[in-house]
Amino acid sequence: MTVAVRAEGLAKTFGATRALDGVDLEVEGGTVLGLLGPNGAGKTTTVRILATLLRPTAGRAEIGGYDVVRQPQQVRQLIGLTGQYAAVDENLSGAENLSMLGRLLGQPKAQAKQRAAEPLERFDLADAGGRLVKTYSGGMRRRLDLAASLVGRPPVLFLDEPTTGLDPRSRNGLWAVTRELVAEGTTVLLTTQYMEEADQLAGTVAVIDRGQVIAQGTPDELKAKIGGQVLEVRPADPAHLDRAAELLADLTGAPPTVNPDTRLLSVPMPDPAWLPVAVRRLDQASIAVADLALRRPSLDEVFLALTGRPAEATTPQDRQEPRRSNA
Amino acid sequence: MSATAPTLTGGPAGVRTGRITLGVALRHALIIARRNLLQVRGNPQLLIFIAIQPILFVLLFVYVFGGAIAGSSRQYVQFVIPGIVVQTVVFSTAVTGIGLNEDVSKGIVDRFRSLPIARSAVLAGRILADAVRLVATVVVILAVGMLLGFRFHRGPLAAVAGFALVIAFGMALSWVAAWIGLSVRNPETAQSAGFLWMFPLTFASSVFAPPQTMPGWLQPFVRINPISVAADALRALLLGGPVLAPALKTIAWTIALTVVFAPLAIRQYRQLA
Repeated sequence: MTVAVRAEGLAKTFGATRALDGVDLEVEGGTVLGLLGPNGAGKTTTVRILATLLRPTAGRAEIGGYDVVRQPQQVRQLIGLTGQYAAVDENLSGAENLSMLGRLLGQPKAQAKQRAAEPLERFDLADAGGRLVKTYSGGMRRRLDLAASLVGRPPVLFLDEPTTGLDPRSRNGLWAVTRELVAEGTTVLLTTQYMEEADQLAGTVAVIDRGQVIAQGTPDELKAKIGGQVLEVRPADPAHLDRAAELLADLTGAPPTVNPDTRLLSVPMPDPAWLPVAVRRLDQASIAVADLALRRPSLDEVFLALTGRPAEATTPQDRQEPRRSNA
Repeated sequence: MSATAPTLTGGPAGVRTGRITLGVALRHALIIARRNLLQVRGNPQLLIFIAIQPILFVLLFVYVFGGAIAGSSRQYVQFVIPGIVVQTVVFSTAVTGIGLNEDVSKGIVDRFRSLPIARSAVLAGRILADAVRLVATVVVILAVGMLLGFRFHRGPLAAVAGFALVIAFGMALSWVAAWIGLSVRNPETAQSAGFLWMFPLTFASSVFAPPQTMPGWLQPFVRINPISVAADALRALLLGGPVLAPALKTIAWTIALTVVFAPLAIRQYRQLA
């Protein structure tokens, strides 16, 4: 396999802040790497360096064998970038946004216009293509932004928190398109704060914290590290809370955490096959259950397992974007 | 979909390694200029700024202050139209800075900078589009002015030379605005910082009133003020009077401002991170 994206010892300091502290990454051609971490971990800084928007303080990176610092013009021919903020022109129509980019990338006027129609169709924007972008919803803007990053048909795509702030329907749509692109051979580097998103899309996940990659592997490997899934149980009767907790502790060998406000018991469940057992035992003990769910570990739990401290405590604030004022 | 994509596996196949030629850079600038001009359609605020505000200025100054300054509105219109052309051109340049700042804060500049296009395209496109916008504004003012009785006294050639001079001067100021717009944090600051210096400079000039009527301590400033110089040059080319000195001074200011502020703006643009 070829390596599409390679970063070695990337470091970046902004004043006294070390945003990146030696990041090593490799993304194989045609695969998706999920870069998972909380705000301020260095995800956006990494993407901006790889996309030639920012020079690293130390280390090197290449896209398709081209160095991002010494050969930025070549790198730019290979990449597409979709950021956290939809970087589309509000005062232009969706079609105009795309055809302008097509023209910048060397397509003749008529061809650029005609080619803009295809991604609009694909991203469910065909009806809205002629309307000014400022009339679009947030989800439509993101879809247009992704379409815009694909105008040059780049083999490497950077998706920087593409679904942050999107409703579930738009999010699923974006995931579906990403899968299609990967099926067509596109290499994707995706940054996200959501374990679920990494799980859905990425073949490999790198967990980044304080500017360093602290764990790397397939989603399954990472989940194995933190004990698979989490079982949540909420007894209908608060009086049964202690009894249910005992029961779950017997079963899993670990005492569940109890949230006294929501009366929710959570316990790591390494093997999903234990779920029916848990249900049976609760039933035998005549404990009626208001809520019962098996869910994937959250980023917080991944972090807790990997670093011994919760994710949020590690984030002073998102400081890589000092110029950004709007969300 | 991936048929025309540059292949990663094939190494350099499909990836151009040559430098971007001047012709291509100009094409990129023109495409972005066109985009900036298209924005006007979706942005009524900008339209008001380009067309309505100058008309209000003409009407207010001619009918409210004209009598007091020149004895009658009819006489004042001859004096003030060239002045308002210069004033409007100066004020319009603020849009350059605000527009650039918005493009940066909305991430649009990031998109452009991640494309294989000329680095100069965003700035050059902005300045080019603004030149077109300036021409449109000047035409609006002239049309209103002529309705109110303004007349050319020196023929079309001198008039064209005068407007070309003022537009060139405006483009030089656009670099100042671009530098400000790229140096401040958000569009709101770009707006206030962009306009702040304009008020004293345009009003303490020969734009609205003859400098001889101002206090002695102010006159040296008014005389050296580039906006006075530009207004004097345009007045001379439209109405008569000595042309050479104010025209040369305007050209000198235009060159000086461009030489100082274009590199500053370009440096600021390169340092965006």
